[in-house]
Amino acid sequence: MSSLARRRATDYTVKVISVAFAALALLLLAWILWTLVVRGLPAIGPHVFTRMTLPPGAGGGLLNAIVGSLIQIGIALAIGTPIGLMCGTFLAEHGKNTQIGNAVRFVNDVLLSAPSILIGLFVYQLLVMPFGGFSGWAGAAALAVIIIPVVVRTTEDMLNLVPIGLREAAFALGAPQWKVVTLITWRAARAGIVTGVLLAIARAAGETAPLLFTSLGNNGWSLDMNAPMASLPIAIYQYAASPFEDWVALAWAGALLITVGVLTLNILSRLVLAKMK
Amino acid sequence: MNFTSDTSIDIASAVNRATAPTAEPKLKVEGLNFYYGENHALKNIHFDIPEKRVTAMIGPSGCGKSTLLRIFNRMYQLYPGQRAEGKILFDGTDLLSKELDSTVVRSRIGMVFQKPTPFPMSIYDNIAFGVKLHEKLNKAQMDERVEWCLRKAAIWEETKDRLHTSALGMSGGQQQRLCIARTIAVRPEVILLDEPTSALDPISTSKIEDLIDELKQEFTIVIVTHNMQQAARCADITSFFYLGEMIEVGPSAEIFTNPREARTRDYITGRFG
Repeated sequence: MSSLARRRATDYTVKVISVAFAALALLLLAWILWTLVVRGLPAIGPHVFTRMTLPPGAGGGLLNAIVGSLIQIGIALAIGTPIGLMCGTFLAEHGKNTQIGNAVRFVNDVLLSAPSILIGLFVYQLLVMPFGGFSGWAGAAALAVIIIPVVVRTTEDMLNLVPIGLREAAFALGAPQWKVVTLITWRAARAGIVTGVLLAIARAAGETAPLLFTSLGNNGWSLDMNAPMASLPIAIYQYAASPFEDWVALAWAGALLITVGVLTLNILSRLVLAKMK
Repeated sequence: MNFTSDTSIDIASAVNRATAPTAEPKLKVEGLNFYYGENHALKNIHFDIPEKRVTAMIGPSGCGKSTLLRIFNRMYQLYPGQRAEGKILFDGTDLLSKELDSTVVRSRIGMVFQKPTPFPMSIYDNIAFGVKLHEKLNKAQMDERVEWCLRKAAIWEETKDRLHTSALGMSGGQQQRLCIARTIAVRPEVILLDEPTSALDPISTSKIEDLIDELKQEFTIVIVTHNMQQAARCADITSFFYLGEMIEVGPSAEIFTNPREARTRDYITGRFG
């Protein structure tokens, strides 16, 4: 075989293999989504959004879990976004090539990939054991720990994309550093930072492990942050493992809801980012 | 005296303007040395910059002219590892003194950069941003200031109907004139221009050069340029930098027609650089 023919053959083989694996990955994803839609869609009805968890066969819904998830994610955001934003700003504006900056960046990267069950156990030790019980606060705190590193990372990356010239131009007008950061750099990176927060919400929305040890789940209606609180992932976890058909159907409905929510957030974040560019 | 060509009249008037007796220089550089870490970038510079004149700095890339410009408004202090020694007297006060606040220095010595840097906000807000840093104006006063500086920067007619639209939608030349307007709005005494036209087309360039000519009635202007015709056209005084040293300074007409130093002559005749 001539060298050219051999190179063409190699090229062709590599192309076929990579297309095949890409197709396999897409196929698996499509399969998951398909199963989710086929099983989840029939299970979704008004009762899912209007009723609490009820005993098997009584036609219960997911209202307490949906509301519980929204509350805990909301509070986690309120705690995590400012911390993440400030920390990311520190890394991009002050912590470049400094020892402390590198240390913070390293720890944040570790946190970003830490198993989420560890985060659950950490908050369990910190907020559940000392205060004598599972609570919505503990659940929100655990989700905040999930959110923070995502926001830190995206904030730093997005601020680094802001051209140095824009900062210098603001400094050259006599602006102090805090005004340069808050009025110019944040503004220029706004879309990217918002994207990071959206992605963080998406990440937190699907987490089960950190909530198992913190807010535990609750079959009743409760808005009390000091008591165990229901959430969608926990409800899915409980119902899917149950022997009752209508509970399993509800688990599928919940799974579909989360997936659609996360997908929407991801698409939204891409749109925001596209608008920025 | 009779002059036969336009160029010689230009040169003669330039010489007259440049050599006319002036008071103390606006900026007086005395024994300035500058370091980027270990790298000795400016070596023992002595340089007087007269008030309400255009002073140009020319020289090949890396000769230290932009470095010097960035010392005048203390931009270098944003970067650890950069260090200046010596004195720069600004109306008699040492600009390098630690007691002097950088934000005050920068409000009195403004700077326009090579690439237009409009902020991601409206044209109006681009200007108001700098003004609000130093003054408390009411709405009417701010409107007036915005119009004043846009007129000064010769861009009022193009922008008056779109003041509240994003500055990012303007052309490069308009953006650069907006940046000049933004700098003027703070009412500095000195304006530093760091290759202000190198990213612009010839028509925008000539507009900015006309503008520079207007502005020197009120402001002291220091311009770094790679374009020697530009220095010859705009500047009263031209200085030539090479390898961190100031080789020669004098009225532009003299520098470009009869330089004292061989290196200056080689550079302006294009033998190196």
